[in-house]
Amino acid sequence: MSIGLEHYLILSAILFSIGLYGVLAKRNAIVILMSIEIMLNAVNITMVAFSRYIVPSLLTGQVFAIFIMVVAAAEAAVGLAIIIAIYRSRETIESIKFDLMKW
Amino acid sequence: MGLDIAFWILAVVGIATALMVVLLRNVFRAALSLVLCLLTVAGIYVTLSADFLAAVQVLIYVGGIAVLIILAIMLTREVQQGSPSNKLRVPAFIISILFLGVVGFALLNTPWQVSTALPLEPTTSALAVKLFGKGGFILAVEIAASLLLAAILGAIVLVREK
Repeated sequence: MSIGLEHYLILSAILFSIGLYGVLAKRNAIVILMSIEIMLNAVNITMVAFSRYIVPSLLTGQVFAIFIMVVAAAEAAVGLAIIIAIYRSRETIESIKFDLMKW
Repeated sequence: MGLDIAFWILAVVGIATALMVVLLRNVFRAALSLVLCLLTVAGIYVTLSADFLAAVQVLIYVGGIAVLIILAIMLTREVQQGSPSNKLRVPAFIISILFLGVVGFALLNTPWQVSTALPLEPTTSALAVKLFGKGGFILAVEIAASLLLAAILGAIVLVREK
């Protein structure tokens, strides 16, 4: 059986679930950010697969994927900067110890 | 036929490396397997005949974000402690499996209107027309530029020594 739209969608669903597990179950804040990157990549695969198989001549899904990449780059830069700033003041990057905004 | 084999290899390697990212205890090794995972996603783009996106994926993710993450790991010196799971490990696993089941069920039971037309190749000039041409996404491109500027400034302000 040849590769179709469903194969790509299932692949991206599996990658998204792995990222979801990482975000929910990990303590290290950098690993959480890495899992978020995996989830964003899974969404990108979905966008490009829809663009390839549903509207092959329009490329709208690929344009959306480019914008998702821009937002992901901005998110990674700001997120890692926040983690480094917290590490400076708290000497830890465990997400359960980030309680600066708790009262 | 060659496309099928390439897809299966890329899918297996991508899922295995993504699992390594969330399961390995050494944070640095997890980051290295994240790099491999991002590279296989670029390969997936190639099998979907999205050549420009594959190049952008390698440039931005493997070249930029991966280096950023590895630098952050080295700056925070928590490699020895590893990345243990928290108390929510079993509920998180159950939620992920449930999510995968629901999404997979919905995906397999939807009648997609798959087009039989051949994909555009190469995509670079068509993407440029789509982004910058008449009736395109030029406003979104401008907003993305200002978002990137704000993100750069924010990152600089956050990491600067007081």
